[in-house]
Amino acid sequence: MKLLTHNMLTSHVKGVTKGYPLLIKATEVKVNEVEFNPQFVSRMIPKLEWSALIHAAEGLGYLQDLPSTLVSNYENDEDFLRKVHRVLLEVEVIEGTLQCPESGREFPISRGVPNMLLNEDES
Amino acid sequence: MALHCGKTCRQYLLHLAHDNVDFRLPEIKSLLSLVGRQCVPTETFNERSPFWRLLGLSEDDVRSVMARTVCAKSAFELWGHGRTVSDLKSSILEYPTERMMPFLQQESTYKINVYTFNKTLSFKDRIEKIDALDFLPFQGKVNLKDPDHIFCLLEDYGLDPNDIPDEPLYMYFGRFIADGQRELIRSHSVKKRHFIGNTSMDAGLSFIMANHGKVKAHDLVYDPFVGTGSLLVACSHFGAYVCGTDIDYNTIHGVGKASRKNQKWRGPDENIRANLRQYGTECFYVDVMVSDASKPVWRKGALFDAIITDPPYGIRESTRRTGSHKEITTPPENFAGESHVPVSMEYHLSDIFADLLNFAAHHLVLGGRLVYWLPVYRPEYCEEMVPLHPCFTLISNSEQTLSSHTSRRLITMEKTKEPEKSDVLAQLADPRFSPYQGHNSFREKYFSGITKKNGKGNGKEPHRTKENDG
Repeated sequence: MKLLTHNMLTSHVKGVTKGYPLLIKATEVKVNEVEFNPQFVSRMIPKLEWSALIHAAEGLGYLQDLPSTLVSNYENDEDFLRKVHRVLLEVEVIEGTLQCPESGREFPISRGVPNMLLNEDES
Repeated sequence: MALHCGKTCRQYLLHLAHDNVDFRLPEIKSLLSLVGRQCVPTETFNERSPFWRLLGLSEDDVRSVMARTVCAKSAFELWGHGRTVSDLKSSILEYPTERMMPFLQQESTYKINVYTFNKTLSFKDRIEKIDALDFLPFQGKVNLKDPDHIFCLLEDYGLDPNDIPDEPLYMYFGRFIADGQRELIRSHSVKKRHFIGNTSMDAGLSFIMANHGKVKAHDLVYDPFVGTGSLLVACSHFGAYVCGTDIDYNTIHGVGKASRKNQKWRGPDENIRANLRQYGTECFYVDVMVSDASKPVWRKGALFDAIITDPPYGIRESTRRTGSHKEITTPPENFAGESHVPVSMEYHLSDIFADLLNFAAHHLVLGGRLVYWLPVYRPEYCEEMVPLHPCFTLISNSEQTLSSHTSRRLITMEKTKEPEKSDVLAQLADPRFSPYQGHNSFREKYFSGITKKNGKGNGKEPHRTKENDG
């Protein structure tokens, strides 16, 4: 699971009102190099929940001094875009869980794939 | 305007493949709208003909369409056309010389092709037809292997293979500009794909869907019923970043029984990511997840530029979502993550489409497109059965026939409005905004036709019919 996906996921456990962001508990993290595409990264930044991304990157140890609030004019700041690219698309959680911040329910991640299915009584 | 510019206006001739006929015009229109152009055909336009003349375009527009289309074979700058040889000749002679001359220069090389639709000509006939074009002031040298310019005489012998006329019904002559992407159908064939399943989408249709959806570079595209990722393969080919979900754990993880003949189990690296890697687009892979499309796992916001999907209709795969009709049972105390498989229940088609449209209304960007297949029981189909939504405008609806009594329709919709609270009321008031009614019994009808034909039930999947008892 990439952090771009994590940034868009929320808990859907029944009754939960604050299910975002999911807490990452990683036991295996990998960095896979991905071709840098500044246009895509620039397009994604306004769609992101920035603070959730920062927390996730920090938790996994890949913050790379990214600022806690989004800078302006990032479109032309290649250095910044490369760092965002790294956390969005290159850092991957291979094994671990995603935890609902309110109910504590854990969604397993195995072989890089989150399993978001809930049991009958939870959804 | 563009329609009345006559001789002064350049015309481009599209030569279309004669399959997926219903999908061609929406594809070309979508691709033209990607470059901000409208599709303006001539007055004599016939959608079913393999030759279309288009107005008001530049050569660059045409090239950008050809760089994407799998419906069109080639494009030409039209120099002349007519019903007879003499009509064609006078039409070519009327074409402004200054537009022809750059391609007829002394130092250039050229060749002339003859293409016939619905007839095969002998070599001798072809040569005669080429020789008849000697009134054109060609000054360059013929080079059949690697010419600078290619010209083509295209002859249309009509659409009826049982009634082929001696002389062509219509003729075109033009300068070749570019081929379409028909080659992708072969290069991306599921026969040669690493990871496939029972319902993997045909390569040609996958590219058509991506084109109908106006999927482009730097987009983020989502498939909620991803299966083996055929649509992600097509979308990533056009430079879009892709993600998908599926309720089937085995499919997402690429484990379990293989779909290939002579192969019992799936190999260790059979998954969607490996498919993208096979075609060199792994850099556009975002993620796939095991998830139930009926559940809100995505946070609020317009996250996706396009949603392209092939929902299950319960014929070759069951329609499932998590949940149970039975009294809710709590999993055992020692439940540990992966080991429990939630009970799945039938997911009614009407709910699938209602959920899909509502999801797309909330998660697509404004102007983003939703492209999906709608199964249709042909004897009962009418246009009003296509589900609508207050936030969407219907763009196209193309039929692919599956059998004498069933077909599926590729529905393309564009989000034209952000959802508001009042839309829920509008949905209740307008029957077309209500959930898709006609197809809960699609599965029964599909098999009823087969039952009638064979005299007994469909032997292939007898165990599946039980799911309808639910």
